Amino acid sequence: MINKEEVKHIAKLARLGLTEPEIEKFQKELSSILDYIEKLKGVDIKNVEPTSHTLKIENVSREDVVKKLDIEKVKKLIKAFPERKNTFLKVKSIFRN
Amino acid sequence: MKLCELTIKQAHLGLKNQEFSAKELTKAFLSEISLKDKKISSFLTQTKDLALSQAEKVDELISRGKELPNLAGIPLALKDNILVKDVKCTAGSKILENYIAIYDATVIKKLKERGAVILGKTNMDEFAMGSSTENSAFFPTKNPHDLTRVPGGSSGGSAAAVAANLCCYALGSDTGGSIRQPASFCGVVGLKTTYGAVSRYGLIAMASSLDQIGPITKTVEDAKIVFDAISGKDPLDSTSVEKKVSTFGFQPSALRIGVPKEYFIEGIDPEIEKLIKEAIKKIEDLGAKIFEVSLPHTKYALSTYYMVMPSEVSANLARFDGIKYGYSITKSKEPRAKNLLDVYLKSREEGFGNEVRRRIMLGTYALSAGYYEAYYLRAQKVRTLIKEDFDKAFEKVDFLLTPVSPVLPFKIGERIKDPLSMYLADILTVSVNLAGLPALAIPCGKVGKLPVGLQIIGKPFYEDSLFQLGQIFEEINE
Repeated sequence: MINKEEVKHIAKLARLGLTEPEIEKFQKELSSILDYIEKLKGVDIKNVEPTSHTLKIENVSREDVVKKLDIEKVKKLIKAFPERKNTFLKVKSIFRN
Repeated sequence: MKLCELTIKQAHLGLKNQEFSAKELTKAFLSEISLKDKKISSFLTQTKDLALSQAEKVDELISRGKELPNLAGIPLALKDNILVKDVKCTAGSKILENYIAIYDATVIKKLKERGAVILGKTNMDEFAMGSSTENSAFFPTKNPHDLTRVPGGSSGGSAAAVAANLCCYALGSDTGGSIRQPASFCGVVGLKTTYGAVSRYGLIAMASSLDQIGPITKTVEDAKIVFDAISGKDPLDSTSVEKKVSTFGFQPSALRIGVPKEYFIEGIDPEIEKLIKEAIKKIEDLGAKIFEVSLPHTKYALSTYYMVMPSEVSANLARFDGIKYGYSITKSKEPRAKNLLDVYLKSREEGFGNEVRRRIMLGTYALSAGYYEAYYLRAQKVRTLIKEDFDKAFEKVDFLLTPVSPVLPFKIGERIKDPLSMYLADILTVSVNLAGLPALAIPCGKVGKLPVGLQIIGKPFYEDSLFQLGQIFEEINE
């Protein structure tokens, strides 16, 4: 069972706003899912390597070259900004005055 | 001849022999959509102008007597998490409600090069998270076989559209069963491709080590045609690989088939079990040898999946932050954010639905300091054991046969309030994703009017052999 404070802490780490009733709802739901996952504690994993990926490929590299700029694509990217000033992405200030 | 009922193969021949034009074929589907989709709700966006202009190009090709690629002029639908340049792509989420894709996914580039006709984008569970398409931020899709029931999910819109003849074929994505389960629920063919066989570039990521794009079609032959067109290594997806093996040709009598005993679990619908056993018997009657096999870690698969997947989800969905694109509270008329943190918190609170937030929370918890080893790392190790179970089974047999789903298509609203009961719908499909294997869902019968699907699991990159066995089964099951 995870407690309310933990739910609030995770929500903040995940940058998710939650209302007070939602905190309780998530506490119950996450606890029941985590209880289900507890099953995994019954598996003997001594000397087992973890699998992050089923293909055995590593360190795929490519040449570090600058590709030609597609100006139409850039214009569309800028158009998708929620807030902008000219062609700049606008964000809230991160320093106090 | 009803144009909308044609398979890819049949439509291709019709176009080639000039029995009808690509424009006529496209218009037939567009009018079928406007006639029938009000009831089924499989489409989120229709791309009528794009479809007609693509069809015209194909007709020009035909009139000039050029050779016709087998997907040219054939209308398809796309799950709304696959990017098509200049077309809205929502992933079934409010956070991308007005997002217009800037580029084509690699699979789209390949299909366009082959003259495909894109009819539109289909409904899905938000960010592909769900097994019923009820988690769409917009509306639920109905099962064409029974409008009170779900079409499965998360590629429910794609499967319903194929089953209702609203497109000739569709693409979906499968992270834990999201192609196979809706294909089974809607009575069509669905292929989960080997991990790495199809490029994920331009697929909105859910869980990157599990996600694969694949076809949903009316026949196994059609699934092969689509798979051949979209597979292959892509420099833009470093986890994609060139197919190393093609096939093993076989006589049915030389086949060794495994039936994993752990897949006939308590709680499986007895009518489904009966149909699957009958299907296995039919293959045995061709002379194939049937072996009971054991995949002992199967009982841990769902727990492993619900640890690995949310962890990857929490990382992948961090990009939706209300800053760069998509839903943002900075666009509200009244100023609502005091600071940058508010923009993140509120945009994500309002933009994401319940299931998405639940999985982000679960993943963040599993990856957070102090829990990583107990949860995530442990799950990755169990994943190794699940994969080794399959490796061992495939030393003895060529294929595994199982049901796709332990339950029939359920009623809309029946499971949505209890997340865990919804997760249990994936119990027979998630292992395949954890092990990176290919698997084909193929209709094998009905209970009343509700379809049941057989799952054929193969060795990595042996898609062609899956198609061979699938086609043999289609013939004997008619």
